[in-house]
Amino acid sequence: MDLVAGVIANGVLMGAVYALIAFGLTIIFGVMRVVNFAHGEMVVIGMYAGYFLWAAFDTHPLAAVLPAAALLFLIGYLLQFHLVQHFLARPAHVQFILFIALALVITGAHLVAFGPNPRGIFSLASFEVYRIGGLRLDAVRSQAAAAALLIVALLWAFLRASRLGRAIRAAADNRTGAAVVGIRIRHVYAVTAGIGMACAGAAGALVAPLFDTHPFLAPEFTLIAFITVILGGIGSLPGALLGGLLIGVAEAAAALVLSPSMKSVLSYGLLILVMLARPQGIIGSPEGQR
Amino acid sequence: MIRITRRAALAGAAAALAAPATIRAQSAPVKVGVILPTSGVLAVPGQASRRGIDLGARMIAEAGGPRMEVIHADTASRPENGRVAAERLIREGCTVLVGAWDSGTTISAAQAAEPARIPLVVNIASAPQITEQGFSMVFRNFTPANVLIRNAVERIREFGQITGELPRTAVLLHVNDTFGTSIAQAVSALWTQLGIPIQIVETLSYAVTARDLSAEVARAKAANPELLMPVTRVNDAILIVREMVRQDFVPKAIIGPGSPGPYEKAFTDAVGRFGDEYMVCVPWHNPRNPRTAEVLQRFAREYPNERFELNVGFSFEAMEIVADAIRRAGSGDPAALHAALRTTDIQDHIMYGGPIRFDEKGQNNNIGGVMLQNQNQEPKVVGPAEVAEARAIYPLTPFRNRR
Repeated sequence: MDLVAGVIANGVLMGAVYALIAFGLTIIFGVMRVVNFAHGEMVVIGMYAGYFLWAAFDTHPLAAVLPAAALLFLIGYLLQFHLVQHFLARPAHVQFILFIALALVITGAHLVAFGPNPRGIFSLASFEVYRIGGLRLDAVRSQAAAAALLIVALLWAFLRASRLGRAIRAAADNRTGAAVVGIRIRHVYAVTAGIGMACAGAAGALVAPLFDTHPFLAPEFTLIAFITVILGGIGSLPGALLGGLLIGVAEAAAALVLSPSMKSVLSYGLLILVMLARPQGIIGSPEGQR
Repeated sequence: MIRITRRAALAGAAAALAAPATIRAQSAPVKVGVILPTSGVLAVPGQASRRGIDLGARMIAEAGGPRMEVIHADTASRPENGRVAAERLIREGCTVLVGAWDSGTTISAAQAAEPARIPLVVNIASAPQITEQGFSMVFRNFTPANVLIRNAVERIREFGQITGELPRTAVLLHVNDTFGTSIAQAVSALWTQLGIPIQIVETLSYAVTARDLSAEVARAKAANPELLMPVTRVNDAILIVREMVRQDFVPKAIIGPGSPGPYEKAFTDAVGRFGDEYMVCVPWHNPRNPRTAEVLQRFAREYPNERFELNVGFSFEAMEIVADAIRRAGSGDPAALHAALRTTDIQDHIMYGGPIRFDEKGQNNNIGGVMLQNQNQEPKVVGPAEVAEARAIYPLTPFRNRR
């Protein structure tokens, strides 16, 4: 019983982290309708930020979240304002090539700058566990999941309640209408890209103590983000959360009931099932499909 | 009067250039093509191998060995690029190839070397079919999976004699790529055949891309084995140890038969003393050979932040094999090199085992295997007795006593 509870609980925790990774992707798509194929690379930048902060100052892994998010916000803002902006009106395949090129450049730059060796955060904190009855919850993973949920909640509140958040939603709903009422679309888009990539950066800093950082992790994260948002519904924030949790739990259940090497069979199977039965995703609206 | 046309002059010049070809070949460096995964997911062992190649080339040159020009080709860790890289190197004039670290890439490179009649010296790759499917150009100085496991089983048996007891039950936890699966198959085939009195109570496999091994380790722990046998790459070995610490899973021993990972610097850096006492059975350098000590010192000077492990060692040795063949062939001609490689007989070399000789399939059958145990975050040879440099610690110290 402890085995089942422990494995499922870990699945939930991983799911929350997946959700944060996916969040950045879904918000960028939801607003600007561009698919960021370099999303995983952004997560890896966040991981390196987390690693180097730890290596230089021996900080708690959570302390790296804000600096990593700020760095990625800046990168996202500048990229959108000066580069991606010029591709918004281009056909989708041109945008794809742009982002794939970006991904290759970032991975190459990581390889040149930091080499291929995995860099792990080694602190005693990364071996701590919380004991609840017979259940042993990994402390780092629990903190990462809690931080991810907090960030998701804050972001949701920001988009609902703040002026800028409402402007972002307006730009997403009707670009021309938003421009007519005086919203500076280019700036709003750049902020959105910044927020999306800041999510990736924060997620990177949070997972740096969980996975060793190396340049070739990126495609993994991009893939996870894609599965998560497609499952939950493209462009839907609650959808990303639900998708992340579903994948985390599905993988854990598969490892338990089937063979561990069948893990992804269940999550991909779930994906195919959802795409057949509800192509817009579990929570997604049909407009998300456009 | 003899009229010299431009065509005739060119032909004459070409003939003059071609005539002393054999003489020039001896003075011009022999081009050695090296195929390795120096980027992509296998970049860590790929670059370690490259250090071995480069160090080997430098030390051979300094010792007055035959002149060689090493040309590197990266496969980006994609097996299909083995062929592409081999063809490119052959076009650039390489008359002998070295590579390619992983089995799939090596087979693909051999498919290009075979029709071009260019010998391929395999530094590392363990799939049995590399020397079993009839390639005539392949020379492998590494153990195939079945020999790797036979050596490992031998070491585990000796280990029981040293410690006075063997664990009674085991869980085999392996990565499910070509390498992990062939090792797992060899383990299950040889285990009973060689009479190892350890009962394998569960076999678990996981995907090579696994990001989280908590469920795998939880299942292994639930089987309550006295011995855990992980067959891993380096990243998953790190994940397994971290999970074992978190879940407080302490078997009597951890022994990875034929498994890479724990001896790599990335592993000991990542898990520190929690990775101590983890054992693996692998081919390794002979720490008691004075030549090994000399090479290790030189390596430590040139690469102070890296570790000399088997990727470096076997790549180094591949260069020595090539240099030896060039010296005996007296030229860089591929056919002469092939004939020289066939009669290779190197007695004194750094990796543990007998003389380097290749059988008719191109396999060196004299490669030994050692048992390594991490002690104070360094891999130490604990068996066999003739090369041991430390005593094995058994049973495993509980993780909670290591904080």
